[in-house]
Amino acid sequence: MLSQFPLLSLVIWAPILGGIGVLFVGDDSPAKARRLALVASIATFVLSIPLWTNFSLGTADMQFQELYPWIPGFKINYHLGVDGFSMPLILLTTFITVLVVIAGWEVIQYRVAQYMAAFLIMEGLMIGVFAALDAILFYVFFEAMLIPMFLVIGIWGGPRRVYATIKFFLYTFFGSVFMLVALMYMYFKSGSFEILAFHNLKLGMTEQVLIFLAFVGAFAVKVPMFPVHTWLPDAHVEAPTGGSVILAAITLKIGGYGFLRFALPITPDASASLDWLILGMSLIAVVYIGLVALIQQDMKKLIAYSSIAHMGFVTLGFFIVFSILRATESTSGAAMGIGGGMVQMVSHGFISGAMFLCVGVLYDRVHSRQIKDYGGVANTMPVFAAFMVLFGLANAGLPGTSGFVGEFMVILSSFKGSFWIAFLASFTLILGAAYTLWLIKRVVFGEVVHQHVAELQDVNAREFTILAVLAVAVLALGLWPQPLTDVMQASIERLVQHVLVTKL
Amino acid sequence: MTFVPPDLMPALPEIFVATMACLVLVIDVYLPEARRTTTLWLSIATLLFAALLTLATAPEARVPGFHGHFVRDAMGDVLKIGVYLSMAAALLYSRDYLRNRTLFKGEYYVLALFAVLGMMVMISAASFLTVYLGLELLSLSLYALVAFDREDGRCSESAMKYFVLGALASGMLLYGISMMYGATGSLNLASVAQAIAGKGDKTLVLIFGTAFLVVGLAFKLGAVPFHMWLPDVYQGAPTSVTMIVASAPKLAAFALTMRILVEGVAPLGADWQQMLMVLAALSIAAGNVIAIAQTNIKRLLAYSTISHVGFILLGFVAGTAEGYAASMFYALTYVLMTVGSFGLLILCGRAGVEIENISDLKGLNDRSPWLAFMMLVLMMSTAGIPFLVGFYAKFAVLQAVVAQGFVGLAIFAVILSVIGAFYYLRVVKVMYFDKAEDDTTLSVSADAQVLMGANGLAVMLLGVYPSGLMALCSAAIH
Repeated sequence: MLSQFPLLSLVIWAPILGGIGVLFVGDDSPAKARRLALVASIATFVLSIPLWTNFSLGTADMQFQELYPWIPGFKINYHLGVDGFSMPLILLTTFITVLVVIAGWEVIQYRVAQYMAAFLIMEGLMIGVFAALDAILFYVFFEAMLIPMFLVIGIWGGPRRVYATIKFFLYTFFGSVFMLVALMYMYFKSGSFEILAFHNLKLGMTEQVLIFLAFVGAFAVKVPMFPVHTWLPDAHVEAPTGGSVILAAITLKIGGYGFLRFALPITPDASASLDWLILGMSLIAVVYIGLVALIQQDMKKLIAYSSIAHMGFVTLGFFIVFSILRATESTSGAAMGIGGGMVQMVSHGFISGAMFLCVGVLYDRVHSRQIKDYGGVANTMPVFAAFMVLFGLANAGLPGTSGFVGEFMVILSSFKGSFWIAFLASFTLILGAAYTLWLIKRVVFGEVVHQHVAELQDVNAREFTILAVLAVAVLALGLWPQPLTDVMQASIERLVQHVLVTKL
Repeated sequence: MTFVPPDLMPALPEIFVATMACLVLVIDVYLPEARRTTTLWLSIATLLFAALLTLATAPEARVPGFHGHFVRDAMGDVLKIGVYLSMAAALLYSRDYLRNRTLFKGEYYVLALFAVLGMMVMISAASFLTVYLGLELLSLSLYALVAFDREDGRCSESAMKYFVLGALASGMLLYGISMMYGATGSLNLASVAQAIAGKGDKTLVLIFGTAFLVVGLAFKLGAVPFHMWLPDVYQGAPTSVTMIVASAPKLAAFALTMRILVEGVAPLGADWQQMLMVLAALSIAAGNVIAIAQTNIKRLLAYSTISHVGFILLGFVAGTAEGYAASMFYALTYVLMTVGSFGLLILCGRAGVEIENISDLKGLNDRSPWLAFMMLVLMMSTAGIPFLVGFYAKFAVLQAVVAQGFVGLAIFAVILSVIGAFYYLRVVKVMYFDKAEDDTTLSVSADAQVLMGANGLAVMLLGVYPSGLMALCSAAIH
């Protein structure tokens, strides 16, 4: 019966309305604004839980569907629904947003209401992206997301925030407009904007290649993939902690999700013939960006580059299916690649969010992100140090943490495709460990050399709660990933079957 | 030959506005200086009542009048209501502005009403004669309005430029009309279309005539390369007049293009579509690129207008009913956003302080979060970011273009709108990310604030639910 209830709409619009409410409370009463924001974000999280508990596992069909005509003139529908790909990402969004609201509790003192409202509205829009089954509805949510993030980085960011935020906006905007033209072209071909109708639309090879490139333009910028990743380090470094967390934990996932929802199923033949492009870009991200991360002096920049390297794994896992098919003429193992990519996305949501929060904790005390300004933090902040080491190890892919599961699945799957791809991808195990552990060594351990480090106070109850919750999530997913993989299983299998059928 | 008196009923709104304009002129003469607001409210009431009158007398189908010189149809009615409302909003926004600059005079409102009348005649024109009549009534009123602040040299200068170039444009248009008349023997747009279609092959004079008509229209619309007057006039005129020049006349210009090109010389569609394609592409390119270099916000909005004109022309390039409906939707939403943007500039100024440069908006979020948010909404909507109405306007136009197979043109347009997004972002950046240099709190009268709110809310609500207005536009075109 619950499927009749507009649960998805509620999860999308509750935070947006909550955000508008927070705006009306205004910046003059920050305490009230904070409380209302917390209530709205927790309510959204609670509302989103039934999406998981009532999810039927055996089917790859869309669930919790809602369908109303929206702009009949262009046959655009307000069509929502989730499958095994989008549901976990929606839960990730609602979960992380609660933490972000709490993380900004005392830290943000300037224009509190606008800050909280921006994140709540952002949350609703991101959920909309994951839930939309109409291409234009998707695009609308996808683009609208830029406005709150633009303001978050620009108003509450660091010294070079204006440059960073305009770069962020223009990069992502530029990437996505080509997708809009591609969507219009497919409407012109199929007479509908339904994403699922696009999945079955017959397209010639030239058309597919151009549409595929348009999708790559939109999603590669978002992921971000080498060479269009340069906005990310800037945006991450300048954004306030909450902004970095949302960027790393969720908006990057929208790029990965886009490949699964659009590029692979709509243009399977182009994906098959151009998979070298994506694989190449992914491997460069893993190896080259991993090396770049190694030399960073700024903690946030280091984590930003490590995000790019980890997201390289995601796209690698998604596109390895074609290599496996060519090498073994069967698809066994392909599902593991896509599943590994998905697990990696969720896991990276937790870990990168946690890493940015750790940097935020330090930054709030010392007001520096430079690695050289720290050292010996473990002496004054033992509890914090324990958390940071845990998340650092997870980032490096230690077995038992969530970081290991996804990477392992993707590497295992790439072995079936090509030894050399797997070999290069395995570099991440070395590089990831190198840059993360070196960061930990320089920041957390060693002698206390700076006076300000000697005066540091350990995490307070609020910070402890956030980090503890994330630590539990990282460990839970690492030790027992099955609930997540079960949810995705049916959708992955259908996708693998779908991409094998030529559309020519 | 017997004289048949024309049926005046279809022209009732025009007659009403004409009467009221004269009445306002007379009443204003007898008003003491302190009661000048009566003129304002009377003008606004005239416009609102004209809107009601237009709605009440809207005919079911197309009604010709005045021996085929005049036409009353759904498209005209929708556009006219757009003209009334935007002009009423423009007048209300600028009350305090005019008062602070000792420009609060009755003539201002009389000229505005005559401009509205001119636009109405243009919108309802069914022959070249009426087209020209309406166009000149509008243009002469606007020339006078631009020069309204006669103490200010810049105003006179820009009025002079506007007048000279406007006269040139009228000349071009008239030359085109005379060629058409020579080739077809008729001034009536429908008979011109019939005569051209009946001829079979295109004669050189027809092509030349069309070219001159297109040039005249491009001048009036402000399409590149006939856009030179636009930035100068926008910058030189008092902001309240710029708001008038930038908003409602674009609706009339849209109607003019519809009447002359689509209804009049439709059989030559293949020819003028090519011309418009060049104009549209140049306008989108030049408007967006040159706007980046602007520091004066009025000039910036002028170049932004030029790029929007390019988008409006794109709908004509598509040459389908969907395309025209998309252009009409674009023109209406453009006017909504433009009135709001200029209204905001006016409200942010005060006696002795005028918002001229983008940097004058610095720290607006600290001074008035409400106004800053409205400007954010308007700028993002103009940039075409979704959940705001500007996105759907671009979407509809591009969809019509793609449906005709012009995918390359659509890609060109979207790339340039990304470039264009930069300068809108710069305005947002100044308002939100920079600290205010001028800390005085803004005092905005309650009615202007309500109007601003309604304006911004309309941009947002139409963004969430655009299909009502879209359906209205396509019903009006079909």
